[in-house]
Amino acid sequence: MLDTFASGNDSQKSDSQGPISTTSEWTFELIQEYDRAIAELADEFGLDTYPNQIEVICSEQMMDAYSSVGMPVGYHHWSFGKQFISVENNYQRGLMGLAYEIVINSNPCIAYLMEENTMTMQALVIAHASYGHNSFFKGNYLFRSWTDASSIIDYLIFAKNYISRCEERYGLDEVEAILDSCHALMNYGVDRYKRPYPISAIEEERQQQEREEYRQRQLNDLWRTIPKLGEGTEETREKRFPEEPQENILYFIEKNAPLLESWQRELVRIVRKLAQYFYPQRQTQVMNEGWATFWHYTLLTELYRRGRVTEGFMMEFLQSHTNVIQQPGFDSPHYSGINPYTLGFSIFSDLRRICENPTDEDRRWFPDIAGSNWRETLQFAMRDFKDESFILQFLSPKVMRDMKLFCISDNDKENEIVVSAIHDDSGYRQLRENLAGQYNLGNREPNIQVFSVDTRGDRSLTLHHTQYRRRPLGKETTEVLKHLHRLWGFDVHLNSLNGDEITARYHCPEQGRDRQEGEEESMLIPKPI
Amino acid sequence: MSYIIDRRLNGKKKSTVNRQRFLRRYKAHIKKAVGDAMNSRSIMDMDKGERISIPTRDISEPLFSHGAGGHVERVLPGNKEFTTGDRIPRQNQRGGDGGGGGASDSGEGVDDFVFQISQEEFLDFMFEGLQLPNMIKRRLAGNESFQVVRAGISNEGTPGRLNVIRSLRAAHARRIALTSRKRRGLRELEQSLEQEEQKESVLRDQRKIDALKNEIIELRRRISRVPFLDDFDLKYNLLIRQPKPRSRAVMFCLMDVSGSMNQATKDMAKRFFLLLYLFLQRSYEYTEVVFIRHHTSAKEVDEEEFFYSRETGGTIVSSALKLMRRIMRDRYPESEWNIYGAQASDGDNWNDDSSTCHRILIDDIMPHVQYYSYVEITPRDHQALWEEYESVRTLFPNHFAMEQIVDVQDIYPVFRQLFSQKVTARC
Repeated sequence: MLDTFASGNDSQKSDSQGPISTTSEWTFELIQEYDRAIAELADEFGLDTYPNQIEVICSEQMMDAYSSVGMPVGYHHWSFGKQFISVENNYQRGLMGLAYEIVINSNPCIAYLMEENTMTMQALVIAHASYGHNSFFKGNYLFRSWTDASSIIDYLIFAKNYISRCEERYGLDEVEAILDSCHALMNYGVDRYKRPYPISAIEEERQQQEREEYRQRQLNDLWRTIPKLGEGTEETREKRFPEEPQENILYFIEKNAPLLESWQRELVRIVRKLAQYFYPQRQTQVMNEGWATFWHYTLLTELYRRGRVTEGFMMEFLQSHTNVIQQPGFDSPHYSGINPYTLGFSIFSDLRRICENPTDEDRRWFPDIAGSNWRETLQFAMRDFKDESFILQFLSPKVMRDMKLFCISDNDKENEIVVSAIHDDSGYRQLRENLAGQYNLGNREPNIQVFSVDTRGDRSLTLHHTQYRRRPLGKETTEVLKHLHRLWGFDVHLNSLNGDEITARYHCPEQGRDRQEGEEESMLIPKPI
Repeated sequence: MSYIIDRRLNGKKKSTVNRQRFLRRYKAHIKKAVGDAMNSRSIMDMDKGERISIPTRDISEPLFSHGAGGHVERVLPGNKEFTTGDRIPRQNQRGGDGGGGGASDSGEGVDDFVFQISQEEFLDFMFEGLQLPNMIKRRLAGNESFQVVRAGISNEGTPGRLNVIRSLRAAHARRIALTSRKRRGLRELEQSLEQEEQKESVLRDQRKIDALKNEIIELRRRISRVPFLDDFDLKYNLLIRQPKPRSRAVMFCLMDVSGSMNQATKDMAKRFFLLLYLFLQRSYEYTEVVFIRHHTSAKEVDEEEFFYSRETGGTIVSSALKLMRRIMRDRYPESEWNIYGAQASDGDNWNDDSSTCHRILIDDIMPHVQYYSYVEITPRDHQALWEEYESVRTLFPNHFAMEQIVDVQDIYPVFRQLFSQKVTARC
C-alpha cells in the first residue's frame, strides 16, 4: 500500500528549511509550527477547511470525550456511563489504546490531541483531523446539507439543559425511561430525504413553547373519537392513518403518540435531532476515514520530502500509519470486518495513482478520470458521494486485488455457502456492487416503517418490516417493541413482510397464547403465521 | 489560522454523573456481587474495591437488527484459496455463522460486562440501607479540632481581614456627621452671597461680599480638613474559632477463645467484628476498638493476639463482661463515647455463670451502651447462655441483638439483619 506514492517522490526538492523538530517531545510552540507547516501544505493541495481549534487534553478527558460520542457537551444518561466504564476498564488494563484523536464536526472544527502522545503523533493527528476530516466536513454534500456545523454546540447545550430541567421536574427515572426508548429507536429517527433547516439554541427555546401548545391541539383533533351517528363502517375504513407509510418512526411518535406529555415529546425530538446529526457520519465512514488517512499520509510524506521532518519522525509515523490501515484477513482471529480506514485509504490512493500513472486496465475502467488532475478528481469524489455510491464509482480492480476481496453468498435455503465472486475479471463488477450494497444503510438496517394506526379502534400502532432478501429480524426485536410500546402507549404490532406475505408477527404486549416460564427461547424465534 | 488550547486543567470527571447513573441503574446486580464478595473475600481485604460483573444481556440496549437467515451476500478480504463457484460447507448448522463471515456483524458478546468499583462505592453498597440503631452522641472533648466561623465585624483586626466596604461606609457616615453643620452654614452663606451678587450694582455691598467669600473659603477649608478615612473607620471581618463537636465511638470485641472455639469459628467471629468496625468507621469520625478475649479469665489484648494466639481451657463468659465493665468505667465515660459491644462465642459456658452474665449485662452494661450484639457461632442447639441473653433482649429490644451463625455464608446476611433500618425510629 505504501509504495503507491513512491513515484511521486522524484520531483525536485523545494527550498529546505531544515526539520521542525528532532526529538519526540512536544511543546505548544512546536505544535503551532507543525500546524503552520501542514496548513501551508494543505493550502497548496487545495484543501478547504473550517478554522481549527486544537485542544490538548489528558487521557482521562479523552475517555470522557469517548463515552459521550465525542461531543463536548452531552446530556446525562446511564448508557454513556456504561460506555465510559468499559473504556476506562479496557484502557486501564492495557487492552486498548485510546484513539489518537477525536474530531468534532463543528465550526470551528474542534480536534483533541492527547497529552501522552509524541510530537510525531500530534503532527499526524493534526494532519488527519484538523485538515483531513475538517475538509471532509466542510466539503462533503451530506454534511453540507444535513448538519449545521455552526449551531450544533448550541443545540447540545440546549438539549442538556432541557433534559436536566426535566429530571428536576419529573424525576430521573421518568426521563431515563423515555430516553432509553428513544435510543432504541434512534436509527429510525432520521429523515432520509428531507433537509431539516438549521436551528440555533435560542430559536429552539423560543419555538419549544409554541410547539407544546400546537401539538396538544393537533392531537386532540386526531383522537376525536366520539362516533358520529349514521356513519357507515365502510366509510371509516377508507381513510388510513398515516396516509403514507412513515420511515421516521421517532418523528411519527413525536407528532402523533396519544399519551406523551409535551416534555416527553421534546425529549423524543432531541434524540431525533441528534440522530439526524450523526446520520451523515454513519453514511460516510469509509470515505471520511479514508480521506483523512489519505491526507495525513500525503501531507506528512510531503513534509518529509521537503526536509521538514526527520527520518526518525517518518519511521514512527509509518509505523502508526500501517497499524491504522492494517486489514486482517477474514480467517484471522483479529478480523472484525473490513477496516474502513484501509478501504477508504486504498481507494483514494489508488484514485491518485489512476490519475497520475494510469494503466490500460484503468483506462478501460475509468475512462474519464484516468490521467486527469488528481486533486480535482479527489475533491470531486469527496464532495458528491456517500460510502455506497463512492465504492460503486471508484473501487478499482487493483484495490480489490490488493485487498484480495471475495464475495460469499449465504443462502439459508442451500446447504452450502457459495463463493460467488473473487478478485478476477469476471468478478470485479459483482464484487463492487455487493461491497457497495454492504454500505447501504438501507440494507444494513431492517427497513421498518409505520404502516397504520387504528384510530377508530384500539389505537394500536402497526409497523411493517419489508424484508431484504428474506432476512428476518433479530433477537432483540421484541425488546425494541417494548420501548416503542412505552412511547406509543397502546398496543404495537410489527409485521415482517416478504413481498406481500407476512412471515412473522411481533406484538407488544404479547398476544395470543400465554407464555409460560422457561419459554424465553421461543420468544426469540418469530412466530410462524 | 488554528487556535491551540490547553485543556488539560479543565475538569476531568465529566463522566462521573453518567457513571453514577449506570451504578444506580444496576444497583441490584452490584449489591448481589458485593454480597457474594463479602463471603468469598479474605478478611484482610474486606474493604477494597470490587470487580462487578453483569451479564451483558441485562445491560444491552436493544436495536432493530437483522437476524440470522435469509440470503446474505458478504464481501470479505484476504482471499487465499477460493475461486468463483467454490462451495463451502456450513460449519454451524444454525446458519449465519458459517464461512467465518458471521463474526463481522453479529458481534454477540457472551462475556459478562465486568468493571471495577472503588472502595468507597463498595462500602456504600455494602452498608446501603443499614443504620446504626441508636442515635449518635456528639460531644465536645478536650483536644478536639476547631472550626473557624465568621462572627460579624469588629473594630480591631489584622490588615488582611480589612472589610473595605464596611470601612468606607463608616468613613462616609463619619464625614457626614462631622461636616453637617458646616455644610449647612456653607449653604446659607452661598445663598446670601448669591442674593448679594444679584442686586443692582449700585446696591451691592462689596465689603459684605468679600466677607462672605472669605467665610465660605474658611468653611470649605474646614470641611476638607475632615479626614477621608480615619483610624476608627476601619472595620475588620471577625473570625472566631468554635470547638467542633466530634462523634467518637468505642467498640468492644468480646470473643471466647476457649478450647471449644476452633480456628474456623474464630475466623467467622473476626469477619463479623470487621464488618462492624468498618460500619462504625463510616458513621463516626473516630473509632477505637478494645479487644477482650476470655476463657476462664478475661484479658485485654491487641488485635494480633486476639485473633491468632491459642489458648485452651474452660469458659466463663462473665469474666469478659466484668472486664468490659471495668474498662468502660475507667476509660470510656458514657458522656463522651458511643459504646458498642460485640460478642462472639460458641455458646458454651459454665451453667451457673450464664445467670451472672445476665445480671452484669442488665445492671452495668446495657444502660450505658448504644448497642450490643451477640452472635453465636455454632451449628448445635443453644445452651443456657442463649436463653439468658434472650431474656436480656426482651428487656432491651432496641439495644440488644443476637443471631446465630452457622457458616461463613451467614455472616453478611446476619449482619444486614442486625443493622437493617428499623421502620420505627427510636428517639
